Amino acid sequence: MTHFQIVTIGTSLGGFEALSVLLGGLPKDFPLPVAVVQHRSCEDSAAFAPLLAGQIQLPVIDVEDKEKIREGHIYVGPSNYHLLVERGHFALSADEPVMYARPAIDVLFESAADAFGGDVIGVLLTGMSRDGSAGLKKIKASGGFTVVQDPETAKHGRMPAAAISAALVDRVLRLEEIASFLVELCVPRGVRHDRRQGQHSSRR
Amino acid sequence: MRVLTQSQSVEEIETGLLLEGIFRQYGFDFRNYAPSSLRRRLNNFILDEHITSISALQDRVLRDRQWLDRLLYALSVNVSEMFRDPSFYVTFRTQVVPMLRTYPFIRIWLAGVSMGEEVYSLAILLEEEGIYDRCRIYATDINDAILKKAKEGIYRLDQMRMYTSNYIKAGGTQSFSRYYTAAYDRAIFKTSLRNNIVFAQHNLATDASFNEFNVIMCRNVMIYFNNELQAQVHRLLYESLAMFGILGIGAKEALRLSPHENSYEEIDKTSKLYRRIA
Repeated sequence: MTHFQIVTIGTSLGGFEALSVLLGGLPKDFPLPVAVVQHRSCEDSAAFAPLLAGQIQLPVIDVEDKEKIREGHIYVGPSNYHLLVERGHFALSADEPVMYARPAIDVLFESAADAFGGDVIGVLLTGMSRDGSAGLKKIKASGGFTVVQDPETAKHGRMPAAAISAALVDRVLRLEEIASFLVELCVPRGVRHDRRQGQHSSRR
Repeated sequence: MRVLTQSQSVEEIETGLLLEGIFRQYGFDFRNYAPSSLRRRLNNFILDEHITSISALQDRVLRDRQWLDRLLYALSVNVSEMFRDPSFYVTFRTQVVPMLRTYPFIRIWLAGVSMGEEVYSLAILLEEEGIYDRCRIYATDINDAILKKAKEGIYRLDQMRMYTSNYIKAGGTQSFSRYYTAAYDRAIFKTSLRNNIVFAQHNLATDASFNEFNVIMCRNVMIYFNNELQAQVHRLLYESLAMFGILGIGAKEALRLSPHENSYEEIDKTSKLYRRIA
């Protein structure tokens, strides 16, 4: 079994499309919880999670304070709050924006590294901000795994490029490659093989 | 591997010792605050103050009350906005005010008001609805220094555009600018808005109930507490609320964390306003 306990994803401008592709590529039995921070304005608050849910197989949850973390669920941080990871559940804060963003990607990444140490996967996608770099660095320093979308293929390359120059990044991947890479990283080999043959029963 | 991640880091141990020390020395109890946001604030504080570690901070705080006050400020200030989540105020106006109109006298508690943005928002709403004269608002916070600022009612002028936009969406019936005077880069709110507000120090983590209220608002305060402390505070709020009184919590807070969840009914689906019915 994988030692990873959570996947954390941060994205900004151009993020909705990127998330649809990435999360849409995850199978129904993806074994980890996935926490997502997408920069956006307060106005889209209520609409975002349902819109995203329409694009993907896994259940999407608009996080409320102290929401339990369960595997195979996508957790979206609400607008106007920071999303933080604790052991077993999420926490929200209304602290000041970080680099003009609330939710901020760094806050998600850093709190995940604090809570789960080296068992965190951090993924940074398209955007024009510099948010996420410090957080990825912390994930990496805590022994976690970091993935950044190839800036060349991202709708907006500045945020992933900033992370690549600032942090130690384990993999730079094209958007379409990320979902299958996460599956490879998180799903034990035997199980993947079984799934291809249509046998879901082997996994518990 | 699991054992390793579940064990405490040095920083966690230091934080635990600091909070225990503060409680024993001064009585402020941060031990059941949510660890993630507390940790961010502590880290930001020692960075800003050029302190090398949380242990070094503990050394100063336990020996020097001034350091405690600085830390207290950093741990307890919550920057909010006026009419944050405008739909909350729309529901309050349309669903709660009609009920309040039937009362000769209305007692309201705003818990954890910090800089006071919500208190003035509510005072404005009640004035526009013509019932402010019958209201007494108790605005409490853990921190005296912050309450003093709340009392002044002075905010950054560059925030007024956002507040005005919130105010309009919240169903405001006037021109928002009639409530403040601009001076340099500040907006000073009308003192008459404070006529029926009592500012008082109250610590949700350690103090008891002090009255019975028709309305209690505690928005985006309990998110900084862990589940245990949230349950404890919810108990306090429930015990302080009159039958058929109204409880308002933050847009993303969950009533399921209250041991009295079943004693409330929703006013509507989204506003996070509840009526005590048992």
